[in-house]
Amino acid sequence: MRQDLQTIQQWIRPDCSVLDLGCGDGALLAHLWEAKNVVGYGLEIDQDKILECIKKNVNVIEQDLDGGLGNFENDSFDVVIMTQALQAVHYPDKVIDDMLRVGKECIITFPNFGYWGCRLYLMTKGRMPVSKQLPYTWYNTPNIHLCTFKDFEALCHRKHLKILNRTVVDMHFRDGVLMRLFPNLFGEVAVYHVTK
Amino acid sequence: MTSALQTPAKQTKGSVGIVQPRLFRYDHPITLQCGKTLPHYELVYETYGTLNAAKSNAVLVCHALSGHHHAAGFHSEDDKKPGWWDACIGPGKAIDTNRFYVVSLNNLGGCHGSTGPNSVNPDTHKPYGPDFPIVTVRDWVNSQLTLMQHLEIPHWAAVVGGSLGGMQAMQWSIDFPDLVRNAVVIAAAPKLSAQNIAFNEVARKAILSDPDFREGHYYEHNTYPKIGLSLARMLGHITYLSDAAMREKFGRELRDGAKSFDFDVEFQVESYLNYQGEVFSKNFDANTYLLMTRALDYFDPAEEFDHDLRLALAQAQARFLVMSFTTDWRFSPERSQEIVQALLAARKQVSYADIECPQGHDSFLLDVPRYTNLFKAYMNSIELDGEH
Repeated sequence: MRQDLQTIQQWIRPDCSVLDLGCGDGALLAHLWEAKNVVGYGLEIDQDKILECIKKNVNVIEQDLDGGLGNFENDSFDVVIMTQALQAVHYPDKVIDDMLRVGKECIITFPNFGYWGCRLYLMTKGRMPVSKQLPYTWYNTPNIHLCTFKDFEALCHRKHLKILNRTVVDMHFRDGVLMRLFPNLFGEVAVYHVTK
Repeated sequence: MTSALQTPAKQTKGSVGIVQPRLFRYDHPITLQCGKTLPHYELVYETYGTLNAAKSNAVLVCHALSGHHHAAGFHSEDDKKPGWWDACIGPGKAIDTNRFYVVSLNNLGGCHGSTGPNSVNPDTHKPYGPDFPIVTVRDWVNSQLTLMQHLEIPHWAAVVGGSLGGMQAMQWSIDFPDLVRNAVVIAAAPKLSAQNIAFNEVARKAILSDPDFREGHYYEHNTYPKIGLSLARMLGHITYLSDAAMREKFGRELRDGAKSFDFDVEFQVESYLNYQGEVFSKNFDANTYLLMTRALDYFDPAEEFDHDLRLALAQAQARFLVMSFTTDWRFSPERSQEIVQALLAARKQVSYADIECPQGHDSFLLDVPRYTNLFKAYMNSIELDGEH
């Protein structure tokens, strides 16, 4: 399992209910079901990934996140998760509001654009960073709302969200001393656990 | 348990081959939802594949408005067309007959061999005609249960169906939760809209107002309401296709290339619809058509649960696969999403896909790759007791 999913699953209690926005191939939900008896549903629009979920016996609903979560009732899930998709939605702040309406807690991961590699790329080349993790050119990318660790903190602050857990990891989702000391500079992926 | 008679002769790849319908006679009275009782009844059915030792691999296929028991394979060497759901049933197909034992029947009230309006009424020794009681989706489920018991099937690995067939799958999961492990609900709706009922009413009016209908007793006059039933089918057929599919298929093509400035059949689409209507009217019974449309109108499993679909589906223990088609306007994707939403709210296991396909409501009958792949993946994911 991906390392960020490994990190996330530690924050999820057994027997709770989970909604995973942009659930990909369903690996996290399949794991949560087996390891923690967690009833989960994934939302996904990628056809191949939906097929993968079904092969894994993971509940998957074909639904575009940009259409909102209007079909889910308030507080209907214990945890709403969104991994590596916040930067790809049209209105990230509204999605976060919606996530916290539907779920009691949220777990969000996103690529940290303040990572030193991005900064160096921009400084030396003067062009939008292209990396293994963010491999797209600026004009043809699903990542339309990139932000930094600090940007996200500021948004949480403005929305008066409580941050239950936060961590940054590298591309391989490993932890490290530098990342702990200077998360905005050394963390490649930010992982947040927030509530209202 | 024997499987349907299969000969290697008409064995094309992925086909169940030659199949033979069988008849099940239930010799006890059944009281229907309308309050009337049938003293006994017969159901014609086909099976494909083999029931395993644990009896855990049975799949019930429910048919739609004009369907019947012949869902897959061929009846004879000369048969040109296979069963109506051959795209999805057969060795290696979505409902893999190498793995599943498939049961497909003609519903009570049907006109393809099961007891229906064209059967003889034991009281009068004449065809029932309009005296055949109105049957509902729940009545069908109850009669399907008697067939299930006859076949000594302890539970369904899955109940599957498109359109009205999907509604039966839902009803099964609500009425007999412990007998249904999976429900596959395709291109269906939780109940008909006013517009859906309106289309049904126009279809019924077309039949009822045909002079040859003779208040439903046309059998005794050796006739049938050909025009009325044709019209009903033509209307229905329009709702099964999408605007885009009709444009693609017919455009504004003229049959003879030039306008004739009269009201004869001129456009290709007119010709097609007339042909479809006529063929259908020869092969289908008008009284059955009336019954089936009424069963559709009445279908509303939420009704007795305070009109709350979530409460109705809360009864279910099955896992669900719900699928819709983007261009279906008879039962649009939004209608399937209502089912999904209720299942989510009731915390049932459910997956949903909206399949992009230009062919409208009828897409569920076709071999649309994304649809059949998802369907197959889901069926393959079903765990069967006693299977390793």
